Amino acid sequence: METLDSIAKATSSPPTFFDGVKDCIPTLLGYISIGIAMGIVGSSSGLSIFKILLLSIFVYAGAAQFIICAMIAASSPISAIVLTTFIVNLRHLLLSSAIAPMFTAYSLRKNIAFGSLLTDESFGVAIVKAAKNYPINDKWMNGLNVTAYIVWIFSCTLGGYLGGWFPNPEILGFDYALTAMFIALLILQLQSIEHTKLKHYLLLMLLMMICTLIFSAFISSSLAVIISTIIVATVGVVTDK
Amino acid sequence: MNTSLEFLLLLAGCTIVTLLPRVLPFILVRNFTISKPIEKWLSYIPICIFTGLIVESLFTKTTSGLAANWTVLAAAIPTCLIAIITRSLLTTVLVGVFSMALIRSFF
Repeated sequence: METLDSIAKATSSPPTFFDGVKDCIPTLLGYISIGIAMGIVGSSSGLSIFKILLLSIFVYAGAAQFIICAMIAASSPISAIVLTTFIVNLRHLLLSSAIAPMFTAYSLRKNIAFGSLLTDESFGVAIVKAAKNYPINDKWMNGLNVTAYIVWIFSCTLGGYLGGWFPNPEILGFDYALTAMFIALLILQLQSIEHTKLKHYLLLMLLMMICTLIFSAFISSSLAVIISTIIVATVGVVTDK
Repeated sequence: MNTSLEFLLLLAGCTIVTLLPRVLPFILVRNFTISKPIEKWLSYIPICIFTGLIVESLFTKTTSGLAANWTVLAAAIPTCLIAIITRSLLTTVLVGVFSMALIRSFF
């Protein structure tokens, strides 16, 4: 099994598309289980398999697709669904901003492709790699992104098929895969930080928890995460020595 | 969603609002040089967002305030330990899902 420690060894030749595919594998269980769950929810919201397929091709965002299905089932107006989707996905603005500076050497067309396929997970894998001085390039990034994209579309569609006769997917614990992945990405990120800065980061995480909880009481939790991130990252800059 | 036209409108709207936040920074960053403080600020984003997303999944909003998702909180403990020990994404996700399935079978 590849651990992220073995990255350091592979510094001689530039990473290939296939290296990106390989680095995507640890995240696939998350995409598959969430994708299947999404397809099942979509089908129970009355969406045809074709519509589920279209959603996963064009929207390609787990949390947003769940919310779209729930709001369709609740007969919400289109404007409300689009606005909610925007809020839920607004965090990508921050993720993209954090990762885009690594790719300025590539063409605009390639950059649009990187951005279009950015997910929490692909961002997490890339940023952990970058923190360990792995030479990220366009081929690697495409391998990572395209693998996730194809697996996601396939999983959602499969979920749509299973929708009719599969029991509640929650019982197996698969819906927790996403949280488990976020925990892993956070800890891997922390382990790449210099030891002298660890205390600073842990305090920022504590502040982030408090902020998210407080804001969640008043606004949607998606907005709470975005606003808290903006505040805490600013506190991070100000308190950094 | 009664008609196909309505669905297509919805799909187009959701596609645009999902694509814009993802792609815009990749386009804009090419025309600006990022100053040191902004670079520093961006370096805190991953830790903050992931912490926020984890907190978001640990609690559910109810009419009377926030309620803890106890099963998720319980499963988070072995998940953290495995992540620290193994430093492997795949192992962490597998052990996490297995712990959750185990916890749910008892409660």
